[in-house]
Amino acid sequence: MTALFDSYPTRRRFLAGTAALGGLGLAGVRPAFAEVDWRKFAGTKIEVNLIKSPRGDTLQQYEKEFEALTGINVSSEQVPEQQQRQKTVIELTSGKPSFDVVHLSYHVQKRQFEKGKWLADLSGYMKDPALTDPSLVESDFAEAGLIFAKDPDGVIRSMPLSVDYWIIYWNKELFAKKGLGYPETYDQLVAAAEALTDPKTNTYGFVARGQKNANVPVWSSLLLGYDTTTVGPDSKLLTDSPEAIQAAALYQRLMSKSAPPGVAGFNWAECQSAFLQGRVGMWFDGVGFAPPLEDPDKSRVVGKVGYGLMPEGPKVRAAATTGDGIGVTAGSPNKEAAYLYCQWAVSKAMGTRLLQAGAGVPFRNSVLNDPEVRKGVKMPASWVDAVAASAPVSRLALPVIVPVTEFRDVMGVALTNLLSGGDPATELHRATEEFRPILARSEAS
Amino acid sequence: MSDYGTTLAGASAAPPAVPAEVARRRSYWIFILPAVVTVGAVILFPWVFTLWMSLNEWKLGESRHFIGFANYLRLAVDGRFRDALWHTLVYTALSVLAPLVLGTLAALIFNERLPLRGLLRGIFVMPMMATPVAVALVWTMMFNPQLGVLNYLLSLVGIGPQAWVFHPASVIPSLVMVETWQWTPLVMLIVLGGLATLPAEPYESADIDGATGWQKFRYITLPMIAPFLLLAGMIRTVDALKSFDIIYAITQGGPGTASETINLYLYSVAFAYYDVGYGSAIAVVFFVLIVALSLVLLHLRQRSKWNEIGDAG
Repeated sequence: MTALFDSYPTRRRFLAGTAALGGLGLAGVRPAFAEVDWRKFAGTKIEVNLIKSPRGDTLQQYEKEFEALTGINVSSEQVPEQQQRQKTVIELTSGKPSFDVVHLSYHVQKRQFEKGKWLADLSGYMKDPALTDPSLVESDFAEAGLIFAKDPDGVIRSMPLSVDYWIIYWNKELFAKKGLGYPETYDQLVAAAEALTDPKTNTYGFVARGQKNANVPVWSSLLLGYDTTTVGPDSKLLTDSPEAIQAAALYQRLMSKSAPPGVAGFNWAECQSAFLQGRVGMWFDGVGFAPPLEDPDKSRVVGKVGYGLMPEGPKVRAAATTGDGIGVTAGSPNKEAAYLYCQWAVSKAMGTRLLQAGAGVPFRNSVLNDPEVRKGVKMPASWVDAVAASAPVSRLALPVIVPVTEFRDVMGVALTNLLSGGDPATELHRATEEFRPILARSEAS
Repeated sequence: MSDYGTTLAGASAAPPAVPAEVARRRSYWIFILPAVVTVGAVILFPWVFTLWMSLNEWKLGESRHFIGFANYLRLAVDGRFRDALWHTLVYTALSVLAPLVLGTLAALIFNERLPLRGLLRGIFVMPMMATPVAVALVWTMMFNPQLGVLNYLLSLVGIGPQAWVFHPASVIPSLVMVETWQWTPLVMLIVLGGLATLPAEPYESADIDGATGWQKFRYITLPMIAPFLLLAGMIRTVDALKSFDIIYAITQGGPGTASETINLYLYSVAFAYYDVGYGSAIAVVFFVLIVALSLVLLHLRQRSKWNEIGDAG
C-alpha cells in the first residue's frame, strides 16, 4: 500500500491496495501499515489556506485525488504571500481560524507561529499507525526541514513541504566568451562578475535583489560563508560583527560594480527578467525560480544556463535555505482529517510531482535520492545536481525570530543605502541599533 | 430637555402647549436615530477605537498593555516616520501642482473649437478610468532600466538610460509622473466646467482695449477659474495625500525607504509588523494632518468665490 500511495493515491488504487492487503492478511502476513484507515474521516469538510505559489497550484491541481482517497471534502484557497501572512495572523490570533490547514513560510513565520501556539502537535499523529503511512518518518526529511518543523521543545508542529536553496544561475555562453570557469570561491565570484561586466554592450556580471527587505537573504547568504549568521542562538544580534560588515562590503561591491543600473529597486522578478534576456552573467537567488529560464516562450537563455552550488566563502561553503511547510491549526475541530491532508501534501507522490515540474524541492530524501524520480525531472540534470549538492551544506538563511519582517526592512534599508555609496560599517551599526529594541521587545513579550 | 420643560411649565400658569412641544421634539429623535446609529457605528466607533488602540502597546498575537501617549512620543523620535512625512509632503505638492498646470493647459486647448474635439477629449480622459494597480503594472514595465520603453525612447533622442523608480533620487518624480498622467484629465474636466461658465463680455472689452492672449488669460481667465482650480487642488491634495496603490505596486516605498509615504509606513507597521498600537498612532496623526490641510484649502476656497471678485476689485 505504501507503494500505491506513494505513486498514485487514487481511490481505485487505494481500494485495490486494500484488497491486496486483505489477501495478505488472510495469508497471515499483516504489515503494520495495514491499519491506516484513510477513509476514517470520510464526509468531513476541511478548509485549506495556501500561499499562492507553484506549491499551492500543485496541491490544488491534485486535491481531487485526496478527496477520492479519503472521502474528505477539501475547500482550498490560495492567497498571495503577503496577504496570506496578514490573513493567517489575524485569524489565528482570534483563536477560531476559518481554516484547518495552513501553509506557512518557515523563514518568516516559524517563530511567530510557535510563540502564538497556533499549530497543533503532530507528533502523536505521526506515531499513530492508524493515521500515518509508515514511509512518513522523521529520518526521511532533510535536517533543515526538521529544524523548521520542530518547535523549541522538539515537537513537530508542521510537515516540511518544500525547500528553497540559494544557488548561482550562470550564463554558460557569456562565461565561455570570456574564457571563464564557474567560480568556486567568493574571490572568484567577484572576479568573474567584474570580468563579465561591460556597460557598453549592456552586459553585467551579477544580479541579485537590491530592493529593501527582499535583499536581506542575499547578504545573509553571503554571511554564511564566513561561518556565522545574523542572530546568535541566544538572540544576540551579530548584524554588525566584522564578518557581517565584510559580507555587506562584498554585497556592495558585487551590486555596485557588476550589476545592472537600478538594481537597488530590483526584487527577484526584475533579476529574473534581466537574466532571461541573456545580458547577465550570474543571478543569485532561490532554486525555485528556475523553470522560466528553460521555457522557450519566456527565456533567451534556454539550454545556456548553468546551476551552480554556492561558492565557498572565506571559511565554509554554505547554501542558504528557506522553506515552507504545511500544518494543522490548533483551533481546528478536524485535526485528524487535516493531518491526513498534510500527510498527503508531503507524500512521495506529491513530492515527485513538485520536483519533476520544477515547482518545488521536497524535503524528503526518499524523493530527492530516487533515480526514477530524478529521471522524470523536466529541469536540466545540473539543476537537480545543484539541489542535491546544496542539501548537505544547507543553513538557514534568516534568523528564527518573530519580527522577521521588521528585521528584513531595517537591515534591508541599510543594504540599499550601500548601493548609493553608504559605508557598510556605519550602515550596519545604525541598522543594528535600530533593530535591537524591536528584537528585545519581541523576546520580552 | 425635561428641566427646560419643567421650568417653562412652572413659570406660566397652565398652558399645556409646552409639554406637547417637548413631546413633539422628542419624537424627532426617532427620525434621526438611524443616521446617528449609522454614523456612530461606521465613523465614530472606528475612530474612538483607533484612538484607544493608539494608547496601547498591542501587537497581534501578543498581549496588550496600556501605555498612554508613549506611541506618540515614539513617533516624535522615529526617523522613518519623519522621512515618510517629508516624502508625503513632497509627493503631494508635486502631484497637485503638475496636474493643475497641465490640466489647465489641456482645458484651455480642449475649450477651443478643434476638429474631433469630442473624440480627443474622450481619449484624454481615459487614463483616469484605469485601475491604479493596472496603471502601476504598465508603468513598472515602462520604467525598467534595461527593458523599459522609456529608456528606449530616450535613446532615440540621444539621452542615456535613466534609473527612474529604481534610484532614490528619481523615484518620487517618476511616481509623480504616473500620478500626473492619470489625474491630469480630472483637473481638465473641472477646469473645462469652469471655462464653460465664463461670460464673454470681459473678453470683448479686453479685445477692444488691445489685450494680448496672455494678458486675457492672466487677468481675466485665471482669476475667474480660480475657484475651480482650488476645488481641483483640494480634491487632488486629499487624493495625493492618501495615495497608496500606485506607490505600493510600483516601488513598495523603495528603493530603501526613498518613496515611503506615511500611508505605506502605516501599512508596514500595522499589517507587516502587526504593531496595531503604533500603527493606530500613525493613523491618528495622519488623519489630523489631512483634516488640517483640508480646512486650510476650504478656507482658501471660501475666500476665492468668483462672485466676490467684483467686490474685492
